Amino acid sequence: MEAGAFVSLLGPSGCGKSTLLRIIAGLVPPSEGRVRRAGDARDADGGIGFVFQEPTLMPWATVRENVYLPLRLAGVARVAAAGRIDAMLGAVGLRGFETVYPRELSGGMRMRVSIARALVTEPQLLLLDEPFAALDEITRFKLNEDLLRLWQERRCTVVFVTHSVFESVFLSNRIVVMTPGPGRVAADVAIDLAYPRDAALRTDARYTERCRAVSRLLAEAR
Amino acid sequence: MSPAWREWIGRIAAPAAVGVLMLVLWEALVRAERIPPYILPGPVLVAETLWTDGPSLLGSLLVTLRITLAALAAAILLGGALAILFAQSRLLERCLFPYAVILQVTPIVSIAPLIIIWVNDTFLSLLVCAWIVAFFPIVANTTLGLNSADRNLVALFRLYRASGWQTLRLLRLPAALPFFLAGVRISGGLALIGAVVAEFVAGTGGAETGLASRILEAGYRLEIPRLFAALLLLSLTGIAIFAALSWLSQRLLAHWHESALPEEE
Repeated sequence: MEAGAFVSLLGPSGCGKSTLLRIIAGLVPPSEGRVRRAGDARDADGGIGFVFQEPTLMPWATVRENVYLPLRLAGVARVAAAGRIDAMLGAVGLRGFETVYPRELSGGMRMRVSIARALVTEPQLLLLDEPFAALDEITRFKLNEDLLRLWQERRCTVVFVTHSVFESVFLSNRIVVMTPGPGRVAADVAIDLAYPRDAALRTDARYTERCRAVSRLLAEAR
Repeated sequence: MSPAWREWIGRIAAPAAVGVLMLVLWEALVRAERIPPYILPGPVLVAETLWTDGPSLLGSLLVTLRITLAALAAAILLGGALAILFAQSRLLERCLFPYAVILQVTPIVSIAPLIIIWVNDTFLSLLVCAWIVAFFPIVANTTLGLNSADRNLVALFRLYRASGWQTLRLLRLPAALPFFLAGVRISGGLALIGAVVAEFVAGTGGAETGLASRILEAGYRLEIPRLFAALLLLSLTGIAIFAALSWLSQRLLAHWHESALPEEE
Protein backbone atom coordinates (compact mmCIF):
# COMPACT_ATOMS: atom_id res chain seq x y z
CA MET A 1 0.00 0.00 0.00
CA GLU A 2 1.34 3.36 -1.02
CA ALA A 3 1.88 6.04 1.62
CA GLY A 4 -0.75 8.71 1.29
CA ALA A 5 -3.13 6.48 -0.65
CA PHE A 6 -6.87 6.34 -0.13
CA VAL A 7 -7.74 2.64 -0.34
CA SER A 8 -11.26 1.27 -0.08
CA LEU A 9 -12.03 -2.29 0.91
CA LEU A 10 -15.27 -3.01 -0.92
CA GLY A 11 -17.45 -6.08 -0.54
CA PRO A 12 -20.69 -7.51 0.83
CA SER A 13 -21.22 -8.21 4.53
CA GLY A 14 -19.24 -11.15 5.85
CA CYS A 15 -16.31 -10.99 3.45
CA GLY A 16 -13.86 -10.11 6.21
CA LYS A 17 -13.36 -6.42 5.42
CA SER A 18 -13.87 -5.32 8.99
CA THR A 19 -11.75 -8.15 10.33
CA LEU A 20 -8.95 -7.19 7.95
CA LEU A 21 -9.18 -3.62 9.19
CA ARG A 22 -8.94 -4.79 12.79
CA ILE A 23 -5.94 -6.94 11.91
CA ILE A 24 -4.26 -3.90 10.35
CA ALA A 25 -5.00 -1.96 13.52
CA GLY A 26 -3.49 -4.76 15.59
CA LEU A 27 -6.74 -5.29 17.48
CA VAL A 28 -7.14 -8.86 16.23
CA PRO A 29 -4.22 -11.23 15.66
CA PRO A 30 -4.08 -12.63 12.08
CA SER A 31 -4.70 -16.39 11.83
CA GLU A 32 -1.75 -16.59 9.47
CA GLY A 33 0.52 -14.19 7.67
CA ARG A 34 1.83 -10.88 8.81
CA VAL A 35 0.98 -7.23 8.57
CA ARG A 36 3.88 -5.08 7.58
CA ARG A 37 3.69 -1.41 8.26
CA ALA A 38 6.34 1.13 7.34
CA GLY A 39 8.06 1.50 10.65
CA ASP A 40 5.30 0.38 12.89
CA ALA A 41 2.50 2.86 12.44
CA ARG A 42 1.41 2.13 15.96
CA ASP A 43 4.76 3.30 17.29
CA ALA A 44 4.96 6.29 14.97
CA ASP A 45 4.14 9.73 16.26
CA GLY A 46 0.46 9.93 15.52
CA GLY A 47 -0.15 6.20 15.69
CA ILE A 48 -3.29 4.87 14.05
CA GLY A 49 -6.64 6.59 13.91
CA PHE A 50 -9.70 4.34 13.94
CA VAL A 51 -13.31 5.24 13.18
CA PHE A 52 -15.93 2.61 13.98
CA GLN A 53 -19.27 1.96 12.34
CA GLU A 54 -20.91 3.59 15.35
CA PRO A 55 -19.60 6.94 16.59
CA THR A 56 -18.41 5.09 19.74
CA LEU A 57 -18.17 8.20 21.88
CA MET A 58 -18.05 8.33 25.64
CA PRO A 59 -21.60 9.50 26.49
CA TRP A 60 -20.54 10.93 29.84
CA ALA A 61 -17.97 13.26 28.28
CA THR A 62 -18.39 16.47 26.28
CA VAL A 63 -17.35 16.75 22.64
CA ARG A 64 -14.10 18.41 23.72
CA GLU A 65 -13.31 15.66 26.23
CA ASN A 66 -14.04 12.97 23.65
CA VAL A 67 -11.63 14.53 21.16
CA TYR A 68 -9.04 15.04 23.90
CA LEU A 69 -9.09 11.32 24.77
CA PRO A 70 -6.28 10.01 22.49
CA LEU A 71 -3.98 12.87 23.54
CA ARG A 72 -4.88 12.35 27.17
CA LEU A 73 -4.03 8.65 26.91
CA ALA A 74 -0.71 9.63 25.36
CA GLY A 75 0.02 11.82 28.35
CA VAL A 76 -0.48 15.22 26.69
CA ALA A 77 -1.51 17.83 29.23
CA ARG A 78 -4.89 19.51 28.78
CA VAL A 79 -3.38 22.95 28.26
CA ALA A 80 -0.91 21.70 25.67
CA ALA A 81 -3.67 19.85 23.79
CA ALA A 82 -6.15 22.73 23.75
CA GLY A 83 -4.87 24.34 20.54
CA ARG A 84 -4.88 21.07 18.59
CA ILE A 85 -8.35 20.16 19.81
CA ASP A 86 -9.72 23.56 18.81
CA ALA A 87 -8.13 23.33 15.37
CA MET A 88 -9.45 19.79 14.89
CA LEU A 89 -12.99 20.70 15.95
CA GLY A 90 -12.85 23.63 13.54
CA ALA A 91 -11.69 21.35 10.73
CA VAL A 92 -14.69 19.03 11.12
CA GLY A 93 -17.12 21.91 11.49
CA LEU A 94 -17.88 21.50 15.18
CA ARG A 95 -16.72 24.85 16.49
CA GLY A 96 -19.15 26.01 19.15
CA PHE A 97 -20.12 22.48 20.17
CA GLU A 98 -17.18 21.93 22.56
CA THR A 99 -19.22 21.63 25.75
CA VAL A 100 -22.12 19.68 24.26
CA TYR A 101 -22.73 16.05 25.19
CA PRO A 102 -22.96 13.40 22.43
CA ARG A 103 -26.65 12.66 22.99
CA GLU A 104 -27.49 16.24 22.04
CA LEU A 105 -25.89 15.80 18.61
CA SER A 106 -27.30 14.31 15.41
CA GLY A 107 -25.86 11.08 14.00
CA GLY A 108 -23.79 12.95 11.41
CA MET A 109 -22.33 15.31 13.98
CA ARG A 110 -21.47 12.43 16.30
CA MET A 111 -19.58 10.87 13.41
CA ARG A 112 -17.73 14.16 12.93
CA VAL A 113 -16.64 14.01 16.57
CA SER A 114 -15.47 10.45 16.01
CA ILE A 115 -13.43 11.52 12.97
CA ALA A 116 -11.98 14.47 14.89
CA ARG A 117 -10.95 12.10 17.67
CA ALA A 118 -9.23 9.79 15.17
CA LEU A 119 -7.35 12.65 13.49
CA VAL A 120 -6.35 14.71 16.52
CA THR A 121 -3.14 12.72 17.01
CA GLU A 122 -2.25 13.40 13.35
CA PRO A 123 -1.92 9.70 12.54
CA GLN A 124 -0.08 8.42 9.48
CA LEU A 125 -2.72 5.76 9.03
CA LEU A 126 -6.45 6.34 9.31
CA LEU A 127 -8.76 3.30 9.38
CA LEU A 128 -12.50 3.67 8.90
CA ASP A 129 -14.96 0.80 9.30
CA GLU A 130 -18.14 1.61 7.35
CA PRO A 131 -18.35 4.91 9.20
CA PHE A 132 -21.26 6.40 7.26
CA ALA A 133 -23.39 3.27 6.76
CA ALA A 134 -25.99 4.33 9.32
CA LEU A 135 -26.37 7.89 8.03
CA ASP A 136 -28.88 9.30 5.58
CA GLU A 137 -27.63 9.89 2.05
CA ILE A 138 -27.50 13.69 2.21
CA THR A 139 -25.39 13.59 5.37
CA ARG A 140 -23.25 10.81 3.93
CA PHE A 141 -22.46 12.80 0.77
CA LYS A 142 -21.46 15.81 2.84
CA LEU A 143 -19.24 13.73 5.11
CA ASN A 144 -17.64 12.04 2.08
CA GLU A 145 -16.61 15.43 0.75
CA ASP A 146 -15.36 16.60 4.14
CA LEU A 147 -13.38 13.41 4.63
CA LEU A 148 -11.65 13.92 1.28
CA ARG A 149 -10.78 17.47 2.23
CA LEU A 150 -9.36 16.36 5.61
CA TRP A 151 -7.34 13.62 3.92
CA GLN A 152 -5.89 16.03 1.37
CA GLU A 153 -4.94 18.53 4.05
CA ARG A 154 -3.20 15.87 6.12
CA ARG A 155 -1.85 13.49 3.51
CA CYS A 156 -2.24 10.43 5.72
CA THR A 157 -2.89 6.95 4.37
CA VAL A 158 -6.55 5.93 4.57
CA VAL A 159 -8.10 2.47 4.55
CA PHE A 160 -11.86 2.77 4.19
CA VAL A 161 -14.20 -0.19 4.56
CA THR A 162 -17.54 0.13 2.77
CA HIS A 163 -20.19 -1.86 0.95
CA SER A 164 -21.13 1.05 -1.29
CA VAL A 165 -19.69 1.10 -4.80
CA PHE A 166 -20.56 4.79 -5.24
CA GLU A 167 -18.90 5.77 -2.00
CA SER A 168 -15.71 3.83 -2.74
CA VAL A 169 -15.35 5.24 -6.27
CA PHE A 170 -16.01 8.77 -5.09
CA LEU A 171 -13.44 8.61 -2.30
CA SER A 172 -10.56 6.36 -3.22
CA ASN A 173 -7.72 6.12 -5.68
CA ARG A 174 -7.58 2.37 -5.20
CA ILE A 175 -10.35 -0.16 -4.55
CA VAL A 176 -9.82 -3.70 -3.28
CA VAL A 177 -12.88 -5.81 -4.06
CA MET A 178 -13.42 -8.68 -1.62
CA THR A 179 -15.69 -11.73 -1.69
CA PRO A 180 -17.27 -13.68 1.14
CA GLY A 181 -16.91 -17.31 2.21
CA PRO A 182 -13.90 -17.64 2.29
CA GLY A 183 -12.93 -13.97 2.43
CA ARG A 184 -10.47 -13.21 -0.33
CA VAL A 185 -9.41 -10.43 -2.66
CA ALA A 186 -11.23 -10.63 -5.99
CA ALA A 187 -9.96 -7.50 -7.72
CA ASP A 188 -7.68 -4.55 -7.15
CA VAL A 189 -8.45 -1.51 -9.28
CA ALA A 190 -7.07 1.99 -9.49
CA ILE A 191 -9.50 4.90 -9.81
CA ASP A 192 -7.80 7.50 -11.97
CA LEU A 193 -9.94 10.50 -11.20
CA ALA A 194 -8.07 13.62 -10.22
CA TYR A 195 -8.37 15.19 -6.79
CA PRO A 196 -9.75 17.43 -5.47
CA ARG A 197 -13.08 15.80 -6.12
CA ASP A 198 -16.27 17.59 -5.18
CA ALA A 199 -20.03 17.15 -5.39
CA ALA A 200 -20.01 17.95 -9.13
CA LEU A 201 -18.18 14.68 -9.76
CA ARG A 202 -21.23 12.68 -8.71
CA THR A 203 -23.00 13.58 -11.96
CA ASP A 204 -19.85 13.35 -14.10
CA ALA A 205 -19.90 10.69 -16.84
CA ARG A 206 -16.38 9.50 -15.95
CA TYR A 207 -17.55 8.87 -12.38
CA THR A 208 -20.64 6.88 -13.38
CA GLU A 209 -18.61 4.93 -15.89
CA ARG A 210 -16.15 3.83 -13.17
CA CYS A 211 -18.99 2.99 -10.82
CA ARG A 212 -20.40 0.70 -13.50
CA ALA A 213 -17.03 -0.98 -13.97
CA VAL A 214 -16.54 -1.60 -10.24
CA SER A 215 -20.12 -2.86 -9.91
CA ARG A 216 -19.40 -5.35 -12.66
CA LEU A 217 -16.26 -6.54 -10.87
CA LEU A 218 -18.25 -6.97 -7.67
CA ALA A 219 -20.93 -8.97 -9.51
CA GLU A 220 -18.36 -11.20 -11.23
CA ALA A 221 -16.57 -11.85 -7.97
CA ARG A 222 -19.58 -13.56 -6.43
CA MET B 1 -57.45 21.17 29.89
CA SER B 2 -53.85 22.29 29.42
CA PRO B 3 -51.10 19.63 29.33
CA ALA B 4 -49.45 21.09 32.46
CA TRP B 5 -52.66 20.59 34.40
CA ARG B 6 -53.11 17.08 33.12
CA GLU B 7 -49.52 16.32 34.08
CA TRP B 8 -50.10 17.67 37.60
CA ILE B 9 -53.26 15.65 38.06
CA GLY B 10 -51.68 12.45 36.74
CA ARG B 11 -48.50 12.73 38.77
CA ILE B 12 -49.51 14.27 42.06
CA ALA B 13 -53.20 14.88 42.54
CA ALA B 14 -54.51 11.46 41.54
CA PRO B 15 -52.13 9.34 43.70
CA ALA B 16 -52.59 11.75 46.61
CA ALA B 17 -56.38 11.52 46.28
CA VAL B 18 -56.17 7.72 46.50
CA GLY B 19 -54.09 8.05 49.67
CA VAL B 20 -56.52 10.47 51.30
CA LEU B 21 -59.45 8.26 50.33
CA MET B 22 -57.81 5.23 51.97
CA LEU B 23 -57.16 7.20 55.16
CA VAL B 24 -60.77 8.41 55.29
CA LEU B 25 -62.06 4.87 54.76
CA TRP B 26 -59.71 3.59 57.47
CA GLU B 27 -60.89 6.24 59.97
CA ALA B 28 -64.53 5.61 59.06
CA LEU B 29 -64.13 1.85 59.50
CA VAL B 30 -62.46 2.24 62.91
CA ARG B 31 -65.23 4.57 64.10
CA ALA B 32 -68.16 2.68 62.65
CA GLU B 33 -67.02 -0.70 63.93
CA ARG B 34 -65.78 0.78 67.22
CA ILE B 35 -62.48 -1.06 66.85
CA PRO B 36 -60.47 -0.54 70.07
CA PRO B 37 -57.19 1.38 69.59
CA TYR B 38 -55.09 -1.56 70.89
CA ILE B 39 -56.28 -3.59 67.88
CA LEU B 40 -56.32 -0.92 65.20
CA PRO B 41 -55.97 2.80 65.87
CA GLY B 42 -57.43 5.23 63.35
CA PRO B 43 -55.12 7.54 61.41
CA VAL B 44 -56.19 10.55 63.49
CA LEU B 45 -55.10 8.84 66.72
CA VAL B 46 -51.81 7.75 65.09
CA ALA B 47 -51.15 11.33 64.03
CA GLU B 48 -51.89 12.56 67.56
CA THR B 49 -49.52 9.98 69.04
CA LEU B 50 -46.85 10.92 66.56
CA TRP B 51 -47.22 14.54 67.69
CA THR B 52 -47.06 13.81 71.46
CA ASP B 53 -44.43 11.02 71.32
CA GLY B 54 -42.56 12.64 68.48
CA PRO B 55 -39.54 13.97 70.39
CA SER B 56 -38.77 10.64 72.09
CA LEU B 57 -39.37 8.66 68.88
CA LEU B 58 -37.17 11.05 66.97
CA GLY B 59 -34.29 10.24 69.29
CA SER B 60 -34.70 6.54 68.47
CA LEU B 61 -35.02 7.33 64.78
CA LEU B 62 -31.67 9.07 64.96
CA VAL B 63 -30.06 5.91 66.38
CA THR B 64 -31.53 3.75 63.60
CA LEU B 65 -30.61 6.33 61.00
CA ARG B 66 -27.02 6.46 62.17
CA ILE B 67 -26.65 2.69 61.85
CA THR B 68 -28.36 2.75 58.44
CA LEU B 69 -26.18 5.48 56.98
CA ALA B 70 -22.97 4.01 58.42
CA ALA B 71 -23.89 0.61 56.94
CA LEU B 72 -24.70 2.19 53.57
CA ALA B 73 -21.39 4.07 53.56
CA ALA B 74 -19.52 0.86 54.42
CA ALA B 75 -21.45 -1.02 51.71
CA ILE B 76 -20.57 1.63 49.13
CA LEU B 77 -16.88 1.65 50.07
CA LEU B 78 -16.33 -2.08 50.48
CA GLY B 79 -18.81 -3.12 47.79
CA GLY B 80 -17.32 -0.70 45.30
CA ALA B 81 -13.77 -1.73 46.15
CA LEU B 82 -14.65 -5.42 45.84
CA ALA B 83 -16.27 -4.83 42.44
CA ILE B 84 -13.19 -3.00 41.17
CA LEU B 85 -11.06 -5.88 42.42
CA PHE B 86 -13.33 -8.33 40.57
CA ALA B 87 -13.00 -6.29 37.39
CA GLN B 88 -9.21 -6.61 37.57
CA SER B 89 -9.18 -10.38 37.70
CA ARG B 90 -11.71 -12.88 36.46
CA LEU B 91 -10.08 -15.53 38.66
CA LEU B 92 -10.56 -13.43 41.77
CA GLU B 93 -14.18 -12.86 40.83
CA ARG B 94 -14.79 -16.58 40.33
CA CYS B 95 -13.11 -17.34 43.66
CA LEU B 96 -14.91 -14.78 45.80
CA PHE B 97 -18.27 -14.10 44.16
CA PRO B 98 -19.93 -17.36 45.34
CA TYR B 99 -19.19 -16.42 48.94
CA ALA B 100 -20.71 -13.00 48.46
CA VAL B 101 -23.79 -14.82 47.17
CA ILE B 102 -23.83 -17.13 50.19
CA LEU B 103 -23.61 -14.15 52.50
CA GLN B 104 -26.49 -12.56 50.61
CA VAL B 105 -28.87 -15.54 50.54
CA THR B 106 -28.42 -16.53 54.19
CA PRO B 107 -31.27 -14.83 56.06
CA ILE B 108 -29.87 -12.06 58.23
CA VAL B 109 -32.20 -13.05 61.09
CA SER B 110 -30.40 -16.36 61.39
CA ILE B 111 -26.87 -15.00 61.50
CA ALA B 112 -27.60 -11.85 63.49
CA PRO B 113 -27.46 -13.62 66.90
CA LEU B 114 -23.98 -14.93 66.06
CA ILE B 115 -22.75 -11.52 65.03
CA ILE B 116 -24.19 -9.97 68.16
CA ILE B 117 -22.30 -12.53 70.24
CA TRP B 118 -19.05 -12.12 68.33
CA VAL B 119 -19.03 -8.35 68.10
CA ASN B 120 -19.06 -6.83 71.56
CA ASP B 121 -20.09 -3.33 70.69
CA THR B 122 -23.86 -3.01 70.08
CA PHE B 123 -23.57 -0.26 67.50
CA LEU B 124 -20.89 -2.16 65.60
CA SER B 125 -22.76 -5.47 65.63
CA LEU B 126 -25.91 -3.82 64.26
CA LEU B 127 -23.77 -2.05 61.69
CA VAL B 128 -22.27 -5.34 60.52
CA CYS B 129 -25.73 -6.92 60.15
CA ALA B 130 -27.06 -3.98 58.14
CA TRP B 131 -23.92 -3.99 56.01
CA ILE B 132 -24.29 -7.69 55.14
CA VAL B 133 -27.78 -7.01 53.82
CA ALA B 134 -26.80 -3.85 51.98
CA PHE B 135 -23.51 -4.60 50.29
CA PHE B 136 -24.51 -7.26 47.76
CA PRO B 137 -26.53 -5.16 45.29
CA ILE B 138 -23.64 -2.73 45.08
CA VAL B 139 -21.07 -5.46 44.42
CA ALA B 140 -23.24 -7.26 41.88
CA ASN B 141 -24.35 -4.13 40.02
CA THR B 142 -20.96 -2.43 39.96
CA THR B 143 -19.25 -5.61 38.74
CA LEU B 144 -21.78 -5.84 35.93
CA GLY B 145 -21.28 -2.17 35.11
CA LEU B 146 -17.49 -2.39 35.04
CA ASN B 147 -17.74 -5.27 32.59
CA SER B 148 -20.29 -3.64 30.30
CA ALA B 149 -18.21 -0.82 28.87
CA ASP B 150 -18.69 -0.46 25.09
CA ARG B 151 -16.57 -3.16 23.37
CA ASN B 152 -15.40 -0.76 20.68
CA LEU B 153 -14.36 1.84 23.24
CA VAL B 154 -12.36 -0.85 25.01
CA ALA B 155 -10.73 -1.65 21.64
CA LEU B 156 -10.02 2.03 21.10
CA PHE B 157 -8.32 2.30 24.48
CA ARG B 158 -6.24 -0.73 23.54
CA LEU B 159 -5.35 0.84 20.19
CA TYR B 160 -4.04 3.93 21.99
CA ARG B 161 -2.14 1.69 24.39
CA ALA B 162 -3.97 2.92 27.48
CA SER B 163 -2.73 1.55 30.78
CA GLY B 164 -5.01 -0.58 32.96
CA TRP B 165 -5.39 2.31 35.34
CA GLN B 166 -6.36 4.72 32.52
CA THR B 167 -8.92 2.26 31.17
CA LEU B 168 -10.39 1.83 34.64
CA ARG B 169 -10.53 5.51 35.47
CA LEU B 170 -11.56 6.96 32.12
CA LEU B 171 -13.72 4.16 30.73
CA ARG B 172 -14.82 1.41 33.10
CA LEU B 173 -15.68 3.53 36.13
CA PRO B 174 -17.81 6.08 34.24
CA ALA B 175 -19.52 3.25 32.34
CA ALA B 176 -20.28 1.53 35.65
CA LEU B 177 -21.70 4.64 37.31
CA PRO B 178 -25.38 4.10 36.33
CA PHE B 179 -25.20 0.48 37.48
CA PHE B 180 -23.47 1.46 40.71
CA LEU B 181 -26.09 4.12 41.45
CA ALA B 182 -28.93 1.66 40.82
CA GLY B 183 -27.24 -0.65 43.33
CA VAL B 184 -26.89 2.15 45.87
CA ARG B 185 -30.59 2.97 45.57
CA ILE B 186 -31.51 -0.61 46.39
CA SER B 187 -28.92 -0.80 49.15
CA GLY B 188 -30.23 2.34 50.86
CA GLY B 189 -33.55 0.65 51.57
CA LEU B 190 -31.87 -2.64 52.45
CA ALA B 191 -29.54 -0.97 54.95
CA LEU B 192 -32.57 0.39 56.80
CA ILE B 193 -34.23 -3.02 56.78
CA GLY B 194 -31.00 -4.64 57.96
CA ALA B 195 -30.62 -2.14 60.79
CA VAL B 196 -34.20 -2.72 61.96
CA VAL B 197 -34.06 -6.52 61.68
CA ALA B 198 -30.76 -6.69 63.55
CA GLU B 199 -32.16 -4.56 66.33
CA PHE B 200 -35.21 -6.80 66.54
CA VAL B 201 -32.91 -9.77 67.07
CA ALA B 202 -30.64 -7.92 69.47
CA GLY B 203 -33.67 -6.95 71.55
CA THR B 204 -34.00 -3.94 73.77
CA GLY B 205 -31.36 -2.83 76.19
CA GLY B 206 -28.63 -0.28 76.43
CA ALA B 207 -28.97 3.43 76.82
CA GLU B 208 -29.70 4.22 73.18
CA THR B 209 -32.42 2.25 71.47
CA GLY B 210 -33.46 2.46 67.87
CA LEU B 211 -36.93 2.49 66.38
CA ALA B 212 -37.09 -1.30 66.21
CA SER B 213 -36.80 -1.58 69.99
CA ARG B 214 -39.51 1.03 70.38
CA ILE B 215 -41.78 -0.98 68.12
CA LEU B 216 -41.12 -4.16 70.11
CA GLU B 217 -41.64 -2.33 73.38
CA ALA B 218 -44.88 -0.74 72.20
CA GLY B 219 -46.06 -4.15 71.05
CA TYR B 220 -45.41 -5.74 74.45
CA ARG B 221 -47.28 -2.95 76.20
CA LEU B 222 -50.13 -2.97 73.71
CA GLU B 223 -49.45 0.69 72.92
CA ILE B 224 -50.53 0.11 69.38
CA PRO B 225 -50.96 3.80 68.39
CA ARG B 226 -47.32 4.37 69.31
CA LEU B 227 -46.34 1.24 67.37
CA PHE B 228 -48.10 2.67 64.33
CA ALA B 229 -46.43 6.05 64.85
CA ALA B 230 -42.99 4.41 64.97
CA LEU B 231 -43.85 2.32 61.92
CA LEU B 232 -44.94 5.44 60.05
CA LEU B 233 -41.69 7.16 60.95
CA LEU B 234 -39.75 4.16 59.69
CA SER B 235 -41.59 4.14 56.34
CA LEU B 236 -41.09 7.88 55.93
CA THR B 237 -37.38 7.40 56.59
CA GLY B 238 -37.18 4.66 53.97
CA ILE B 239 -38.98 6.86 51.44
CA ALA B 240 -36.70 9.80 52.27
CA ILE B 241 -33.58 7.69 51.77
CA PHE B 242 -34.85 6.38 48.46
CA ALA B 243 -35.85 9.86 47.28
CA ALA B 244 -32.49 11.34 48.29
CA LEU B 245 -30.55 8.62 46.46
CA SER B 246 -32.78 8.91 43.40
CA TRP B 247 -32.18 12.65 43.35
CA LEU B 248 -28.45 12.10 43.63
CA SER B 249 -28.53 9.54 40.82
CA GLN B 250 -30.54 11.92 38.63
CA ARG B 251 -28.06 14.72 39.27
CA LEU B 252 -24.99 12.62 38.49
CA LEU B 253 -26.39 11.13 35.29
CA ALA B 254 -28.32 14.16 34.10
CA HIS B 255 -26.08 14.94 31.15
CA TRP B 256 -25.77 11.62 29.52
CA HIS B 257 -27.64 8.56 30.73
CA GLU B 258 -30.95 7.46 29.20
CA SER B 259 -32.47 6.88 32.65
CA ALA B 260 -32.02 10.54 33.58
CA LEU B 261 -33.43 12.04 30.39
CA PRO B 262 -36.81 13.74 30.37
CA GLU B 263 -39.61 11.71 28.78
CA GLU B 264 -40.06 12.23 25.04
CA GLU B 265 -43.32 13.82 23.99
